[in-house]
Amino acid sequence: MERGETAVRAEIALRVNGEERRVVADTRTSLLDLLRERLGLTGSKKGCDHGQCGACTVLVDGRRVNACLALAVAHQGADVVTVEGLADGDEPHPLQRAFVENDAFQCGYCTPGQLCSAVGVLAEAARGWPSHVTADLAADGVELDEAEIRERMSGNICRCGAYPGIVAAIREAAGGGTAR
Amino acid sequence: MTMTPAKVPRELDSPLDGGVGESRRRPDGTLKVTGEFAYSSDLWLEGMLWGVTLRSPHPRARIRSIDVSEALAHPGVEAVLTHEDVPGFKFYGLEHKDQPVLAIDQVRYQGEPVALVAADHPEVARRAAAKIKVDYEVLTPITDARRAAFDPDCEKVHEDGNVVRHQPVIFGGDVAEARAGADVIVSETFEVGIQDQAFLGPESGLAVPGEDGGVDLYVATQWMHSDLWQIAPCLGLPEEKVRMTMAGVGGAFGGREDLSMQIHAAMLAMRTGKPVKIVYNREESFFGHVHRHPARMRYEYGATRDGKLVFAEAEIILDGGAYASSTPNVVGNAASLGVGPYKIPSIRVDAYGVYTNNPPCGAMRGFGAVQACFAYESMMDRMAAALGLDPVTFRQINAAHPGDALATGQVLEHMAPLAEMLGRLKAMPMPPERDAAGHDLRELPGGVSNTTHGEGVRRGVGYGVGIKNICFSEGFDDYSTARVRLSIIGGEPTVLVHTSAAEVGQGLVTLKAQIARSELGVRRVTIAPADNQVGSAGSSSASRQSYMTGGAVKVACEAVRERMFKLFEERLGRPPASLAEAVEHLPEVLGDEVIDETREFHHHRTERMDPVTGQANSHTQLAICVHRAVVDVDVELGLVKVVELAAVQDVGKIMNPLSLEGQIHGGTAQGLGLALMEEIVVADGKVRNPSFTDYLIPTILDMPPMRLDILEYADPRAPYGLRGAGEPPTLSSTPAIVAAIRDASGLALTRVPVRPEHIAGSS
Ligand code: FES
Ligand code: FES
Repeated sequence: MERGETAVRAEIALRVNGEERRVVADTRTSLLDLLRERLGLTGSKKGCDHGQCGACTVLVDGRRVNACLALAVAHQGADVVTVEGLADGDEPHPLQRAFVENDAFQCGYCTPGQLCSAVGVLAEAARGWPSHVTADLAADGVELDEAEIRERMSGNICRCGAYPGIVAAIREAAGGGTAR
Repeated sequence: MTMTPAKVPRELDSPLDGGVGESRRRPDGTLKVTGEFAYSSDLWLEGMLWGVTLRSPHPRARIRSIDVSEALAHPGVEAVLTHEDVPGFKFYGLEHKDQPVLAIDQVRYQGEPVALVAADHPEVARRAAAKIKVDYEVLTPITDARRAAFDPDCEKVHEDGNVVRHQPVIFGGDVAEARAGADVIVSETFEVGIQDQAFLGPESGLAVPGEDGGVDLYVATQWMHSDLWQIAPCLGLPEEKVRMTMAGVGGAFGGREDLSMQIHAAMLAMRTGKPVKIVYNREESFFGHVHRHPARMRYEYGATRDGKLVFAEAEIILDGGAYASSTPNVVGNAASLGVGPYKIPSIRVDAYGVYTNNPPCGAMRGFGAVQACFAYESMMDRMAAALGLDPVTFRQINAAHPGDALATGQVLEHMAPLAEMLGRLKAMPMPPERDAAGHDLRELPGGVSNTTHGEGVRRGVGYGVGIKNICFSEGFDDYSTARVRLSIIGGEPTVLVHTSAAEVGQGLVTLKAQIARSELGVRRVTIAPADNQVGSAGSSSASRQSYMTGGAVKVACEAVRERMFKLFEERLGRPPASLAEAVEHLPEVLGDEVIDETREFHHHRTERMDPVTGQANSHTQLAICVHRAVVDVDVELGLVKVVELAAVQDVGKIMNPLSLEGQIHGGTAQGLGLALMEEIVVADGKVRNPSFTDYLIPTILDMPPMRLDILEYADPRAPYGLRGAGEPPTLSSTPAIVAAIRDASGLALTRVPVRPEHIAGSS
């Protein structure tokens, strides 16, 4: 964004964690940068800015999105939920609680993305969306066993290697028991 | 006006029950799952500038001139700095101060910082940096570490020669004589590629200029005081004018032991008088920190026909790249632990750390012991096969027992016997056999992407043993300091624990609270943010913080407890019957008073290695982990699926079961990464894959379920008898997985990472 160049700015209106937000921003701004730098929502993390690590995962209209790959302006009017918006007031989301109980993180840098991704997974499974490892493609809902969880969470890297805890936490939140 | 940034670390409240030995939840857990935990990349101050680093595109070049005029004229730019602007000493480094803050007349590796820009927007700074004109005379890089070390005609990376350290270890009888008496001799050359720590939160931080000419630094680091001791001289400031606060750390694994953006951000802030934030992107991060040393290791072992090792000889060459970083100590580890925890009558090891124009290497989880472990465990399998012995039996025959000496003459004490650990590992249940008839694509290596019907899939089992030193070695006094404060807040006894130790994800904040609760019998414990207002805690590395900072918190708590008992006696005229009674009466006994004690904790003295023989009690504590890997290998496609990993580890004392398991899982995952996928590929001194598209890290699909068997053989010299636990699993998982692939494929596989082409024979 060199001065004198024609940076195109646009007003971007989003519903973020239930609140209407409007900002004027350069049209090249990613949804991640808009959230972090313009709206002060730094919970979503930048691990690569290239769609490779999943740390920036947020929910856009209920679906998982890598916010670093999404242009904010392309999501006019969308309903965005970040890690800051998962809890119901003071009541943590069951996944947030399960992540703490199962020690599903160490440094925690991947955690906001893991959580948003896991919220998306629970919704996908409830709607019966199959994955690569789903055996019965015709079933109404998908049971989130360990293989399903691993397959569906494979876009979220955890460098600390807290994967056993992440699997356990999601199983617990999905009602699948607490086997580790 | 002092400026305090938004999103700085805060006190962590830990109002829960749970002392030493229990799985307590992390005091930072809620912040981490709500997105409120403040990482170094989240720091924010209105009106701050953004700093950007111009780096060399060449691994070796002379700098004829640097012209910053156009960059400086770029609208929005507030400063452009080169080495001429470094206010104080122009070099820094962990062990040798050989690294320029900004390149002076030459560059020695691709990515070396040359100039800095501060501007009002990061993209403006980047554009301006691109306008800096550096006139390079490009030279041919020195990239062959062996040649750099041994060829007298090889050019020098630094004036004082290319060998940073050569450490021999000579143990027992003469190797040549032992060789003559061996029935079977095997030899091989092994290679380990460059592994990256790849912590998920890239290097970042904020520097705020102070009114006194000093600077406030908010950074994510592993050892705040080591940073300080390097930063202050380069800024030309006394240490008290460099105020450091730990910002949230997004993983470390050794990669934050060296400085990255600290001095740069401070220079820009001091020059502009404004706060300056620097955040590396992922590509820059690959150039912004040191990596695990790549190694070339030539080994030869001899044994008698009945399975007893008679000699071991090894030459280990570690390529340290352009600057020394912690290469000398990495060499010390590779040498002293070079043949593992085995009893061998004649040993000769020569370990070398070498300068080249390759990427600088330094600390990464396992620190020199990882490379050697891959080689010596591969040799153990080689020799077992040559003798027709089972690999576990062969290891058990040669295992060092407590009371036996390592290659350095240091005697193993107070730890689990290796032979027994291996027995337990072997006895663990095996995962179910693969259903070969089922043809379930999902079960195949590569999953549903596997294009075959599994005809080429073979199962293999492999074992690995690793031994790691805990705490710093070779005479270093890596003490830790803790301040513990007891007062009554809202009628309740409350303990504040204050250290400068880095919480990098390992759960030290949890442990500190557990120790305070156990030692002082209170419920409410607060963990103060880490800063340099309290003495050094040493580094969050070498698996040492539970031992060292755990120890410091323990002794500080003991001092507080002593005063608490004394006060009780003074006020009530008799000593308390128990800790519980003392705590119960604390509100009346203590009133408005505060007990505040600071203590240092030192581990027992270690010795420098003899420069000729390597003999010494050089290590503070030793720890062993053993792994079993079960893999399915598609030998036609070269794909590997790790089916299960099992581990037995001796941790002395389980301080916190959940976070201990997390350390073993995480260390194992990084060992799996080295075995199968992680490598920074370098050609002619240039990194070819500085991105997560081409540098692969294990995902949740790659990491299998684990079985753990955790042993507690207390070390009486360590607090609570504990043994450091974070690194050992990183050692033994790699050779176990490679051994399993060899078992399945019949291939020799002398290099890690093992890539599909090495298995399918397409390279
Ligand atoms: S930051 Fe978006 S995927 Fe890594
Ligand atoms: S907890 Fe550190 S990256 Fe996942």
